[in-house]
Amino acid sequence: MLVCEDLHKDYLVGNETVCALDDVSVRVERGEFLSVMGPSGSGKSTFMNMVGCLDTPTRGRIVVDGETVSELSRDALAEVRNRKIGFVFQQFHLLGRTSALDNVELPLLYGGVPRAERAVRAEQALERVGLRDRMGHVPAQLSGGQQQRVAIARALVNRPVVLLADEPTGALDSATGVEIMELFQELNEAGITVLVVTHEPEVAGYARRVLRFRDGRVIADERQPARMTA
Amino acid sequence: MPLVELLRVALEALRVNLMRSILTMLGIIIGVAAVIAMVTVGAGAQAEIDRQISSLGSNLFMVMSGARSRSGVRMATGTEMRLTEADARALKAEIPEIVASAPTMRGVAQVVVGNTNWSTTIQGIDNEYLVARGWQIDEGRDLEPQEIRSGSKVALLGSRVATELFGAGNAIGQTVRIKNVPFTVVGTLVEKGQSSMGSDQDDIAMIPLGAARGRVLGRTGTRADTVNVIFVSVAEGWMMDDVERQIAEVLRQRYRVRPGAEDPFGIRNMSEIVETRAEARQVFNMLLAAVASVSLVVGGIGIMNIMLVSVTERTREIGLRMAVGAKGRDILLQFLVEAVTLCLIGGFLGILLALVITFGIARIAEWPVLLQWPVVVLALGFSGAIGIFFGFYPARKAAAKDPIEALRTE
Repeated sequence: MLVCEDLHKDYLVGNETVCALDDVSVRVERGEFLSVMGPSGSGKSTFMNMVGCLDTPTRGRIVVDGETVSELSRDALAEVRNRKIGFVFQQFHLLGRTSALDNVELPLLYGGVPRAERAVRAEQALERVGLRDRMGHVPAQLSGGQQQRVAIARALVNRPVVLLADEPTGALDSATGVEIMELFQELNEAGITVLVVTHEPEVAGYARRVLRFRDGRVIADERQPARMTA
Repeated sequence: MPLVELLRVALEALRVNLMRSILTMLGIIIGVAAVIAMVTVGAGAQAEIDRQISSLGSNLFMVMSGARSRSGVRMATGTEMRLTEADARALKAEIPEIVASAPTMRGVAQVVVGNTNWSTTIQGIDNEYLVARGWQIDEGRDLEPQEIRSGSKVALLGSRVATELFGAGNAIGQTVRIKNVPFTVVGTLVEKGQSSMGSDQDDIAMIPLGAARGRVLGRTGTRADTVNVIFVSVAEGWMMDDVERQIAEVLRQRYRVRPGAEDPFGIRNMSEIVETRAEARQVFNMLLAAVASVSLVVGGIGIMNIMLVSVTERTREIGLRMAVGAKGRDILLQFLVEAVTLCLIGGFLGILLALVITFGIARIAEWPVLLQWPVVVLALGFSGAIGIFFGFYPARKAAAKDPIEALRTE
């Protein structure tokens, strides 16, 4: 479903070439719950940007849902992101002064979905994260946890093949963080592929597979038993 | 993204920074208002000039005695010759293109009715005068040829004089005293308005030449049929140059002016004078419009400036939009639509402001207001074009952002 072969990424910093990813090969199957761990500078963010079609590798191949994306143009990548990837960020990245519903509709807008269908699908997505009664609220009227739920609804609304979460609990208190992670777990149990980048072992504990990065390489790829939900 | 959505996003962005949006628009508002006001006022002035030319009478020459010296200073009138009624008749007889040739005398006197008096221009005329000047009788009648011949004590009053002396009442049949001579008012004239020199053409009383020359404007020692000015009107504008030459020829012959000697008379082409002034004004108007256009461009630079600020401020938003699937074109359009919306709203407000200014100026200057819709449309189109032109660079900058960098921005 998600295939990375010999990914290699070099950055030019000043006159020096820095190797951010060094021959990384990973396969992720549909329905997996994977966490990506590693210290900062380990290459995990670069890896996620590749998988999220925000960046292209210097060498190597990425296939998302049967589509080779490693050599697509900017606009073609945008289209793949729109159709296949759902992003959840540490800072939520919701549009201020825009209602939860409109925030969730945003990917559909760029996907060219007709107006009536947009509203229906955004509503369904919000319902799924338990915010049906907060659709008209703007981010400032929502708690951090609720904002992150809106962001998750936005990630889900276009029925992506994979949910990419980058430190999704980083800006939340631990209780709310647990709620959010349980939501991810719930979504995963419903069949959605989830990739979570984190440096917190508790967060990684929700995943059934952990990928550890160091110095641009995968140093460990471990399976772990599913954590019991409360 | 559909245009409606783009517009909604743009309006929302402008609403969020309302004060900033209004201040930015101000440049466009002032620019558009200035351009429209200048063009409109210019058109109004042009219409006023056209009216003045037509109020002179069409294709008019003023022929007067007295030579022009080399330095351009006119010699004292009548130092060498005096035009006469006979000259006027001769011009008309010998030059077929002449429609009317009206000898006149002019002076200033008090007109008295009861205990009301009014100091005005007294014009001695014959039957050709109203024709030459294209002047119409309002009420009553023109002077009869017989009254002209005998120098009867009858008068035509300009609308200003009639109003000053008789108010709203009927002037026809009333008696007025000019230099203590009683005249019967037989007619009033249609209002003509200001002359190109700014004097009130309706502040006038007309009496037969003979009567004027006698007791009213008479000077001792003048010949019986002398006149001040002969007004000559010509059938068609294109004949003017030729007729001017012919007038000079006829008069030089009549006064036996030696070849090479200067004309002892002057011929002035009235519409030409007005047109020259009109051209000067036109150039001035063009200059003003050019200055106004510069302010529109300055307004556009303001738009570009604020759009650049907006793009920088909203880097994270741009990153997010890209992450969820916005293509470069979507981002470009979003900011372009925002800039154009800003300009078009500014342009619309500018048009409203221009209307206020134009009507204000028109009222003060007593010019007709000629709001020119093509100019309004053009101004609106131009402000839209400015939005595109000055909005493009910031929009392209936004579209070229790297989503990863943009999302990472604080």
